[in-house]
Amino acid sequence: MMAAVLEISGLTMDFGGLRALESLDFTVHSREIVALIGPNGAGKTTFFNCITGIYAPTGGDIHLVSPQRGRERINGLKPNRITEKGMARTFQNIRLFSNMTVLENVMIGRHCRSRVGILGAVFRNSATRAEEQEVVDSSFAILEKMGLAHFANDYARNLPYGAQRLLEIGRALATDPFLLLLDEPAAGMNPQETRELDERIVRIRDEEGVAILLIEHDMRLVMSLAERIVVMDSGRKLADGVPVEIRNNPEVIRAYLGDMDA
Amino acid sequence: MAGSGSGKSHGEILRHSLSIALWFVFLTFPILVIRINPVEQIIVWRWHNMAMVGLGSFFLALAGGIYLKKRGAAPPSLVPGRFAVFRKRFYEEPLLHGPVLALCALFVFVFPHIFSSYQTNIMTTALIYVVLGLGLNIVVGLAGLLDLGYVAFYAVGAYSYALLNHHFGLGFWTVLPVGAGLAAVFGILLGFPVLRLRGDYLAIVTLGFGEIIRLILENWNDFSFGPSGIANIPRPGLFGVEMSLEASTNYLYYLMIGLVLGTIFVVNRLQNSRIGRAWIALREDEIACQAMGIDKTATKLAAFALGAFWAGMVGVIFAAKTTFINPASFTFLESAIILSIVVLGGMGSIVGVVIAAMVLILLPEYLRAFAEFRMLLFGAVLVVMMVFRPQGLIRSTKRRYRLPVKTAHGHRG
Repeated sequence: MMAAVLEISGLTMDFGGLRALESLDFTVHSREIVALIGPNGAGKTTFFNCITGIYAPTGGDIHLVSPQRGRERINGLKPNRITEKGMARTFQNIRLFSNMTVLENVMIGRHCRSRVGILGAVFRNSATRAEEQEVVDSSFAILEKMGLAHFANDYARNLPYGAQRLLEIGRALATDPFLLLLDEPAAGMNPQETRELDERIVRIRDEEGVAILLIEHDMRLVMSLAERIVVMDSGRKLADGVPVEIRNNPEVIRAYLGDMDA
Repeated sequence: MAGSGSGKSHGEILRHSLSIALWFVFLTFPILVIRINPVEQIIVWRWHNMAMVGLGSFFLALAGGIYLKKRGAAPPSLVPGRFAVFRKRFYEEPLLHGPVLALCALFVFVFPHIFSSYQTNIMTTALIYVVLGLGLNIVVGLAGLLDLGYVAFYAVGAYSYALLNHHFGLGFWTVLPVGAGLAAVFGILLGFPVLRLRGDYLAIVTLGFGEIIRLILENWNDFSFGPSGIANIPRPGLFGVEMSLEASTNYLYYLMIGLVLGTIFVVNRLQNSRIGRAWIALREDEIACQAMGIDKTATKLAAFALGAFWAGMVGVIFAAKTTFINPASFTFLESAIILSIVVLGGMGSIVGVVIAAMVLILLPEYLRAFAEFRMLLFGAVLVVMMVFRPQGLIRSTKRRYRLPVKTAHGHRG
């Protein structure tokens, strides 16, 4: 068993009287591809928003285990601090910076790994220029990896839909994460694009050595991609296991298809 | 009116223009047609004015309608206009840059010597607004934070010179950085409470902030001398050289030219840097921006502080130029004008802001010939502008980066 990179215990999230997440426990291990599935409204995106700091969870513990800095509790930290610590994400409804170029979008991801301040920007000394070129080069390398290099100078809003999804992944990768969260990366893609995405995600894991946690509704993609599947329903964890187990789990089938006896 | 012109027949355009003309006649009837003569106690009906307004607006609307129809019908960009050709050539021909810039520089340099000191004064004012526009452009154009109280920072700069000079006898050159720094501090002070606000809410709070500053200056007599203001503020010195009024007008003009160049330089560098990108990302999508590791708080505060910095600096210059300030110079109307400069120029475009400041400040001056219709014409110019170029005079350009050589062929227009 590989070491854990994300440990969650008893995670609870209330919105007023509504309990969106109830005492969730689970772990993502280093270099693992885990799929988070569940019917609509199960709390998957809420879960993502909680662990990335967009919402402050009501209860429970979230620990990130960084290869460099070790185990840290990240409850209630700001999203940018969590990204700095090495967990990056994409969004279900694409949130690119649409009036920036494709390259600039990725360069924003490098922001937290670069240091130039106001004075450096104004005087543009050699250190600034070197860092700027490093940002451009590494961002461009990511675009090449994502197969988006030929779009580098286009506005993000002009990209085809599938390419926009890839750009979001590239932008997240630019922050040098060790854990990558993908919120429905295949939404709106055609079967061909989905197959390519499947290969690309595996390649990202292999080449970058990141662990990947993804929310996905396309079951074919989930079954072929995920090494482990976590099923959620009504804010609770229903099942956790390898794809074969999940496929034959009666509770999971009931959650998806409804109670046959009722 | 803008979008509707393209798909219409001539008859429709005619009808549309007619209704516009009638509407204008109706609107201007009370001010342009009726005149009450209180001496003889009669009402004078100036029907000829009505005819002029009617015919004028009818033909203008007609011309506008036909123009829009033509533009809509012609296939775009197949035959670029003469101006577009020139602009493209100008961008692509570095050899042209030198002479054009040299001509501009020469004109700027000799301006005070060929025009009267009145003209120089107006130009200095316009340059002050260029800097104000560039400063607000950081906050509104780049970071996307709608600030309606920007003039408050201008007031902070002006009053810091006036008061520091009055009480401690500090000179212009000492206060210039102090005023700018104080304004930046006020920018951060305003920034903290509004960190969570966006859009309309932010606009309202900043509007309130601007008014608070003005009201404090107006009512705290012991501190700011109230509505009567502060007089006898010294003009900027030059190593103790005695200057005539005209010489010091010219001196201020050159000072402003220098400051404008400095501002353009700094703002341009900021815009094309790591922090400039962060501002634009913040404008585009706040949540994604944070999720990509950008510290929202620091980025917003930097925008407020750096925007306010320039306002404070030209505030000091304003106080030195007019030698008298009172709170009436820092009303909401000023904020609105500066904001119009940014919007008219094109959000985030430096050249656009410079041109817009010139147009918006110089136009009312030269429209003085039209006396009472000055503001009316000013409004009309703004409306026409927004109809024909809603994105502003100059669109901010897409920045291209030097990519690794092996894939230099790889971009698509």
